[in-house]
Amino acid sequence: MSINYDEQIPNNVNLSGDKRLQRALEKWQPAFLDWWNDVGPMGFQKDDIYLRTAVSTEPGGWAQFGHVKMPDYRWGIFLEDADPNRTIPGGDHAGQPVWQEVPGEYRNTLRRIIVTQADTEPASVEQQRWLGQTAPSMYDMRNLFQVNVEEGRHLWAMVYLLHAHFGKDGRDEADDLLARRSGDADKPRILDAFNQPCPDWLTFFCFTMFTDRDGKYQLGALAESGFDPLARTCRFMLTEEAHHLSVGELGVERVLRRSVQLTKADKNGDARAQGGIDLPTIQKWINYWYSYSLDLFGSEISSNAADFFGAGLKGRWNESKDFTEHSALNQHYTMAVVRNGSLTEDQVPLRNAMNEVLRQSYMADCERVVKRWNRALEDEGTDFRVSLPSSRFFRRQGIYAGHDFNREGDLIGSEAWQKQRESWLPSDADRAYVASLMHAVTEPGKMAHWIAPPRKGINGQDIAFEYVRRA
Amino acid sequence: MPRKRSILPVIPHERMAETSYPAVSFDAHPSSYVHWRLEIDGPVATLSMCVQENRGMWPGYELKLNSYDLSVDIELADCVQRLRFEHPEVRTVIVTGGYDKIFCAGANIRMLASASHAFKVNFCKFTNETRTYIEDACAHSGQTWIAALNGTASGGGYELAEACEEIYLIDDGNSAVSLPEVPLLGVLPGTGGLTRLTDKRKVRRDIADVFCTKAEGFKARDAVKHRIVDGSFSRSKWADGIKSRAAAIVAKATPRPADARAITLPSVAPAITAASGGEIWTYSSVTVQVDRSTRVASLELRGPTEAPADSATADASAWALRFYRELDDALLRLRLNELDIGLVLIRASGDPAQVLAHDAAIQGEGWFNTEVRNYQARVLRRLDNMAKTLFAIVEPGNCFAGSLAEILFSVDRSYMLADDDGENAITLSPASLGGFAMHNGATRLAARFPGDADALMLAQAAAQRSKAIDAETADEMGLVTFAPDAIDWDDEVRIAIEERSSLSPDALTGMEQNLRFGGGESMDNKIFGRLTAWQNWIFQRPNAVGERGALKMFGAPERPIFDYRRT
Repeated sequence: MSINYDEQIPNNVNLSGDKRLQRALEKWQPAFLDWWNDVGPMGFQKDDIYLRTAVSTEPGGWAQFGHVKMPDYRWGIFLEDADPNRTIPGGDHAGQPVWQEVPGEYRNTLRRIIVTQADTEPASVEQQRWLGQTAPSMYDMRNLFQVNVEEGRHLWAMVYLLHAHFGKDGRDEADDLLARRSGDADKPRILDAFNQPCPDWLTFFCFTMFTDRDGKYQLGALAESGFDPLARTCRFMLTEEAHHLSVGELGVERVLRRSVQLTKADKNGDARAQGGIDLPTIQKWINYWYSYSLDLFGSEISSNAADFFGAGLKGRWNESKDFTEHSALNQHYTMAVVRNGSLTEDQVPLRNAMNEVLRQSYMADCERVVKRWNRALEDEGTDFRVSLPSSRFFRRQGIYAGHDFNREGDLIGSEAWQKQRESWLPSDADRAYVASLMHAVTEPGKMAHWIAPPRKGINGQDIAFEYVRRA
Repeated sequence: MPRKRSILPVIPHERMAETSYPAVSFDAHPSSYVHWRLEIDGPVATLSMCVQENRGMWPGYELKLNSYDLSVDIELADCVQRLRFEHPEVRTVIVTGGYDKIFCAGANIRMLASASHAFKVNFCKFTNETRTYIEDACAHSGQTWIAALNGTASGGGYELAEACEEIYLIDDGNSAVSLPEVPLLGVLPGTGGLTRLTDKRKVRRDIADVFCTKAEGFKARDAVKHRIVDGSFSRSKWADGIKSRAAAIVAKATPRPADARAITLPSVAPAITAASGGEIWTYSSVTVQVDRSTRVASLELRGPTEAPADSATADASAWALRFYRELDDALLRLRLNELDIGLVLIRASGDPAQVLAHDAAIQGEGWFNTEVRNYQARVLRRLDNMAKTLFAIVEPGNCFAGSLAEILFSVDRSYMLADDDGENAITLSPASLGGFAMHNGATRLAARFPGDADALMLAQAAAQRSKAIDAETADEMGLVTFAPDAIDWDDEVRIAIEERSSLSPDALTGMEQNLRFGGGESMDNKIFGRLTAWQNWIFQRPNAVGERGALKMFGAPERPIFDYRRT
């Protein structure tokens, strides 16, 4: 069977002229479609969805809109255009020309980095597969599917790198990416946050806001890689990732706005009595997903982080633009560590603290969003404000894991933690309540009761546009 | 992402001075294990590794991810030994990780990077001995160890598994077995890792090459394919899979020996008193006089004074067990705590007939007898492995007889006083004919006479007869090195000691280790000889331990710099 590669798989990597890639994809593409049909969005594969497709890296080319059935989506392979003068941004090789081929010395490490990043892409599709059934509007359902197909494309992008640069090992890893399953007892996804269930839309919005934002920073760090094909791939992915983040940010904002409206409407100020989600409950979801996402950056003090930076495989956020000193040697990072039951400050070699450096960039980004949320709350006329917990709160990875911190980041001991846990994190009752509100709203333009409408539609269309045409 | 757990999150710091670790005690008991949990359910024992991060031997490192130091291995060695004596009902031992998703990350790198060379050498030797003891238990005590790798087993973690009879790895898409020492640390998997791949697990050498240079190792699929492990189970089938494997081993195993009973092993520790130049360690049947000023230790072994109890009712107080436990403890303390000592003079005093009687009491098939004889063999191998010169001093009143005569063939030289009346004698017994194999599988007699079949035959015949041999005859038969008469004796011995003490300790260690193991090789022998020697060389090289050596730089912000020249 002959495949017209350029037609089926939009790309700028000369796929139709690359026999090795063709051979790899011939096998992998059918397996990918099987995977998509098997564990992709449940129940909507035959419907026409108003989706954005990337067909080139030209201005405008990355965002072509039209109705398409998801299994027919043209998952493409795009790298940002090469800069012939690009040099390695950071580490021991800073300033030398970037690598177009994988240096043998770093082959295994690079493969591991790529596989770990790649694994998150199909994982989130699996986590979100049931959400279409309870979408609060057609507009939201379309956004969910847009996120899903683009996570699928990100998987393609990573699999391209594995196929193009890592030989048989790379092909095996690409196969394994389709074999693991989120939350599966036997074949779980690599990272914990990607094995957590995503049972409701408040979780979906928090996940796209916080967890996908980790993805943004990881991609940003890899966009500073000395391995040029990885850097260029990640730069292109970042443009798509921005959309996912706005789905999360604006989704949470709409729930917040609606919550204030319903609180005001109730004579006792009880949003739940009005069928909405009360503000303190939203704050709990924020606490939970923010903390889970902080874990994804890895341990605060990490020899791997030092190795990756030193080797030039990863950089800091905006390494090339924002920094002038790129060796990160003979510098220290001040960090609070737990010693003998209390917090003290420690000086950590900067390279070993690179996970924390990246996490700090992420945290500042999250704070900017929280500011915007609080402006929305102010706008709705409430004094309630949401906030982010301390980065030490409720951590399961890194140097704070295994210690009990309150939301402010003070050590409190396990008894105090147990007592207050339910005031900070979703309880079973909270989850059950939020789940009870999840009912599909299928009339175009209509919104579920617990969420405010968006301010505008997609690609200049009305909010009431038929974003999903049921078959 | 830097999310995959590193072997150890470490930052190197100043190396410790040669002896700046606390004196090591080898006394342990399951009731006070810090790092292991032992559960016994009929014939199945489960030993779970739960290393306590903050309970390392000295400050400056944390035992993360079930990494280990010597204190962890001392408890393991104790457990291997106790299971044989205290739990003869156990037919299989499942060793597994006590924490979720991690089996064992191997020796703690920060500990190694900060340890002195001497400590590293001793640490490796002890851990190697412990692993051969696991294999010894599988081979001789009908206790089959299986490694249940519930998570990643890297470096020493996988080497511990290799010491077991069977290895199972959880197939969860993440967990892997690996020997990342070469690519990550610039050293060798020196706890038998390399040798067992080829000699025990029969992994093809080129596959082994790939495995040992791939830091992340093999996950279940490839590990099974290449015999790096024996099988795998998915997470949901894990517990049942291991359980049924253990049950199958129990069903196939020889049942608990009919005469087996629990022999409780009491604590062994010497009374320590100060003496000129050092200390005196006093056990019930062993005394060690440590003289750091002359760098000589005198090891006085005392034979039994009373007739042996019936082995059907004997316990740990029986000389044949008690004495060897004391000798074992003394040897370990000399190695770890007395780096100044270069020469150990061994004397044995007592009634040779009593030694022979106690040897005889544990001959024959019984469970207790077999366990004690195998233990004696292990202690004698520990003696062979000493990196100190060993001289035996054979004087009138000595009891180098039977099992103790083996010591004469373990030492580097023996001096026997040729007295006028021929009272000074040694007595070989059938114990020297096969019961006490060295690490290379040979008897000490065979290793002593590699090219002299006649001499070997004569010695073997003398062993068969168990007759006393006087100094002159012993000298003629080649059973001792020198037999000076009373006039020369004091001078000869003094000069030998002084001369020996003046030579390079490094060259002596190398020379002795080469000369002690004449004859063929075995897997154990390759581990203690070839693998260890290369490892100890690498441990001294700048590429490992120099300012920018890989072992030193592991976890540091800078990467190692190698001198790439090879011969």
